[in-house]
Amino acid sequence: MSDFNIMADKLSNAQIAWRAAQDIEDGSYVNLGIGFPEMIAKFQPEGRDVTYHTENGVLGFGKAPAEGEEDWDLINAGKKAITLNPGASFFHHADSFSMVRGGHLDLAVLGAYQVAQNGDLANWRVGSKGVPAVGGAMDLVHGAKRVAVVTDHVTKDGGPKLVETCTFPLTGVGCVTRVYTSLAVIDIEGGKFILREKLPGLSMEALQAVTGATLHTEGDVPDLIVPQDL
Amino acid sequence: MDKTISTVAKAVADIPDGAQVMIGGFGGSGAPIELIHALIDRFRATGSPKNITVINNNAGNGYIGIAAMIKAGMVKKMICSFPRSSNAEAFNEKFLAGEIELELVPQGTLAERIRAAGAGIPAFYTPTSFGTELAEGKPTEEFDGKMYVRESWLKADFALIKGQLGDTVGNMTYRMAGRNFNPLMAMAAAKTIAQVSELGEPGSIDPQQVITPGIFVDAIVEVAQPQQEEVLVRTGVVY
Repeated sequence: MSDFNIMADKLSNAQIAWRAAQDIEDGSYVNLGIGFPEMIAKFQPEGRDVTYHTENGVLGFGKAPAEGEEDWDLINAGKKAITLNPGASFFHHADSFSMVRGGHLDLAVLGAYQVAQNGDLANWRVGSKGVPAVGGAMDLVHGAKRVAVVTDHVTKDGGPKLVETCTFPLTGVGCVTRVYTSLAVIDIEGGKFILREKLPGLSMEALQAVTGATLHTEGDVPDLIVPQDL
Repeated sequence: MDKTISTVAKAVADIPDGAQVMIGGFGGSGAPIELIHALIDRFRATGSPKNITVINNNAGNGYIGIAAMIKAGMVKKMICSFPRSSNAEAFNEKFLAGEIELELVPQGTLAERIRAAGAGIPAFYTPTSFGTELAEGKPTEEFDGKMYVRESWLKADFALIKGQLGDTVGNMTYRMAGRNFNPLMAMAAAKTIAQVSELGEPGSIDPQQVITPGIFVDAIVEVAQPQQEEVLVRTGVVY
C-alpha cells in the first residue's frame, strides 16, 4: 500500500484521543494533562465509571458548564471552568499532589515534545529562550500506575518525536509506559519501543522511517482502527 | 484572642521592604485580591513595601492582583511553578527584560515545600524533577530502587490568603477550588493575614467544617463581596 501519505492519512487529535480513551479502565482515577489530553474525557466509553483528578484540588469533576454558567472558583488546572459530578471532593494542593506522587492515580495522560525509547519524556520546554513554566508536569509523570502520552507521531517539519534520546529538556526519566500517536500505539518496555497497533495501509518500513528509534514487534501488529468521523 | 483587623489597609500595614510573601490562589480561584491591592495602594502612597519576593503558583494574570504588583515595580523575585499563563504580560515583560528574578519550582514540590515549612520538616525527598535541569545541584538518594531529589522547606515572612467563612479566632473554610495553596501557606508564614467573605464570632463555624484551624492565622479581615481575579481579567480591569 504505497499510496499511504503520512501527513494526509494520519489520525486527527480527536481520533488519537478516542483511541487513548478506549484504554481507560472502569473504576479508575485519571489525570488528563492540560490541552490536548483533556480531549480524551469526551470519548470515555459508555458504561465506564471514571473519576477525574485535577492538580488544583478537585476529584470527580465533570463537563464544562454552559457559557455564562461559569463559577471561576470552580476550575481545573488549565484554569477552565468545570462542573462537579456527584461524589466530587475538594482538597488542598499538598493532598492533591499526594494523590499524584503517592501512587493513587491509575492513569496520567500527557502531551509530548519528545519521548525516548527508555520512557524519558520531554514536554515542558524546547530551549532556553522565553519564559519557562513547568506546572505539575514533572510531578504527574511520577506515581500514576500508567503514564501515557498522546502526540502527533512527527513534528510539524516531519521530524521524529519518538527518539532514542531526548534532546529537549527532560520532564521525567523512564516514566512513559504507552504512546498513542497519529500513526500507531506503542508501548515502552525494557528500554524499547514495542509496536502494538499501526494504521491500516501503513507499512512497517514507512512507520520506522518516521520514528527516531527502532520499533520492535511481538507477533502480529493489529490495525489501529478509529472512527472516521472524528 | 480576637484576631480581627478592621480594614485590608491595616492588615497589610506591617509588611516591610524585602519581605518574602506567600499569596494564595491558583489562577483566579482563591486569590486574595483586596489584600494584594491594599499592598499596592501602600506602595503607591509611600514607596513601600518594595523588593518583595512573591510565592504563588503563577506570576499574575492581566493587570490586577499579583500582575499589578509586578507592573507597579514592587516585586524583586517570583517563586512559582507556572509563570507563562495566557495573560501574563506583566511578568513576561519584566522577566525578558531581566528586571525580575524567577525561581521555577514544580507545582507539587512547591506545595510540599510550603507544607514542610508549616510542619517543621526542613527537607524531604521527592521523585519529582529527578534527572531534569530543575534538580541540578540538589542531593539525590535511592529508596527502594528508585531515585529521589532532596528539596528544602519554603518559608515566608507573611502569607496573604483568602477564605470563605472565618471567625475572630482565625478558623477558616474555603470556597470550592479556591482552597488550593491557601491552607498550606497559612501554616508556613511567620504571619498569616486572611481575608474572608463572612467573618463571625467563635462558634459560628461548625468545628467539624473548619479547614484551617485558627492557630495558623494571625490576622483576619472581612471582605464581604470579594472580587474574583478571573472575572476582573476577563473584563479587562487594570489596577
